[in-house]
Amino acid sequence: MDLRTIAQLVVIGLTFFMLINASALLVLAERKIMGFMQQRYGPYLVGPHGVLQPLADIVKLLFKEELRPKGADKWLFTLAPILSVTAAFAAFATVPWGAETTLFGLLDEPIRLGVADVNVGLLVIFAITSMGVYGIVLAGWSSNSKYSLFGGLRASAQMISYELSYATSLAAVILLAGSLSVREIVDAQAGTWLGFIQHWWIFLQPVGFVIYAIAGVAETNRAPFDFPEAEQELVAGYNTEYSSVRFALFPQAEYINMATMSAVATNLYLGGWHGLLPFYTPLDPLIEEYGLGWMAFLAKVGGFLFFYIWMRWTVPRYRYDQLMSFGWKFLFPLSVINLIVTAAVALYLNA
Amino acid sequence: MPETVVFYAFAALAIGASALVIGQRNPMYSVLLLIASFGALSGLYIQLDAPFVAVAQIIIYAGAIMVLFLFVVMLLNAPREDAAEWDRSHPLAHPGIGRFGALLATLLIVQLVWALAKVTELNTPVASRSDAATVGSVLEMGRVLFTRHTFAFEATSVLILVAMVGAVVLARREVSEQ
Amino acid sequence: MIPLSHYLIVSAVLFAIGTAGVFLRRNLITILLSIEIMLNAVNLTFVAFGRYAGNLDGQIITFFVMTVAAAEAAVGLALVIALFRHRESLNPDTFTSLKW
Repeated sequence: MDLRTIAQLVVIGLTFFMLINASALLVLAERKIMGFMQQRYGPYLVGPHGVLQPLADIVKLLFKEELRPKGADKWLFTLAPILSVTAAFAAFATVPWGAETTLFGLLDEPIRLGVADVNVGLLVIFAITSMGVYGIVLAGWSSNSKYSLFGGLRASAQMISYELSYATSLAAVILLAGSLSVREIVDAQAGTWLGFIQHWWIFLQPVGFVIYAIAGVAETNRAPFDFPEAEQELVAGYNTEYSSVRFALFPQAEYINMATMSAVATNLYLGGWHGLLPFYTPLDPLIEEYGLGWMAFLAKVGGFLFFYIWMRWTVPRYRYDQLMSFGWKFLFPLSVINLIVTAAVALYLNA
Repeated sequence: MPETVVFYAFAALAIGASALVIGQRNPMYSVLLLIASFGALSGLYIQLDAPFVAVAQIIIYAGAIMVLFLFVVMLLNAPREDAAEWDRSHPLAHPGIGRFGALLATLLIVQLVWALAKVTELNTPVASRSDAATVGSVLEMGRVLFTRHTFAFEATSVLILVAMVGAVVLARREVSEQ
Repeated sequence: MIPLSHYLIVSAVLFAIGTAGVFLRRNLITILLSIEIMLNAVNLTFVAFGRYAGNLDGQIITFFVMTVAAAEAAVGLALVIALFRHRESLNPDTFTSLKW
């Protein structure tokens, strides 16, 4: 058990801890931001300015009674939230969140901040994200209720439809990078152009970024695309029959999926841990030198999550058929055109 | 040594899950067990230095084809074979063709395993004649796929288009003229 | 160092299990699942031999087999849906009206 192994285990544990805290903080952040947008304070009484609200929520959920409908399938009813949460956590495994660091000179060789660094990392993220569909489908099916079933089917059909645009916009990024490894994609975005614009790929792929953001929002069943879990809230939804801990795992999986989408968007389009603002600031060489890239990463992910929450409470939601027609008839052809134009420009510039 | 343990774990999971797939009464459980089997196969592909095939297995098989199976099972509300009919139709339950077939299947497995273990040329380690870098490179695979196998690639895209149209046409309800 | 024969044995056993499922089960969806098991066994054989031979041919063929399997699963399931609408049953023994 040398120092390097211990350091890597600590990094893995820290990533897991960060994700769990992210889901708790996002509960609070969503309610506070929603409150401020509606010109009121959010949760205010629990702890100073409502900071301990997620703790109260979790304690309440833990003490609720565990119900299971009579006709529900015994194994699948419990398996569904477990699948959701496992896929959500596992998808973050190949997302790097910081540069290589020697922990202030303690280690001989630098270790990389991130759980795993595989050379097909981007495809692994996509693969595990597409396994998240099973949790919702099984939740809808095993609740033994027609409305849950339809909610689950609609949610999963929406997720697999928007996976196409998601994958095609990823393909355009892979074209630019020439590699499937997320760490190499981020490292290709270091530096600046003309001395003051960051070398981020959002400037090279503006349409791709918009497509990725929209597809990411639709993948996580959030914001204007949450018809399957909102409209039918009046009647049902895929998680109506759930209570207590099994219920708590579904929103947690949703928030961690949000965090993963934001982290991947930051790594692919916003430069990851290189650079803090879209233009050059005197902080950038300090960040590179003292290994504080992970703070820039967290700031950018936080900005993206704020954008997620902002969009939820500002934009009215799409009806289900509008949503599916938008995904198939507009977003997917647009992402294919984006891929073709990117390929053409890359070929022209390399010839 | 850990390599061997990992291989046996994945192989046991793949074979065990597949054996359970054909023995389940509820088709929903069969689909989920098959997803587990595909995950184990993906692990075996990673051990064979084929990372792209491993990830493609998860994306295509476990992530798309099995979702399709699951949708069909749920939409058809596929009836669980009820207990009486299961006892009548279970392969090992009654003498006749079914039991004979199950015994023949077991005999086939034993024969195949024995034959493959006997051939000495196959007993060399699988990774002995080449290193991992040439085989596991996605860049190289893309290069070969798009230059030597261009025709097959384009034909596959036509195949997928035909399958898509065919599936939509076959599953469509008859439109009644009224 | 795992011998090639181990991978081939795993693949042979999977193929035999798939074949047994196709012949012995009386549920259309389970038959289609067994066909998928057989295709996967074949994929494993290809990749193992490809690794043994040291080139990428095994993986390329696997890529095409997966695509064909996806297309076949889609059309097969559409057929199952169409059949189910007629007879309300998934037992292949109910679709024997063309036998004499």
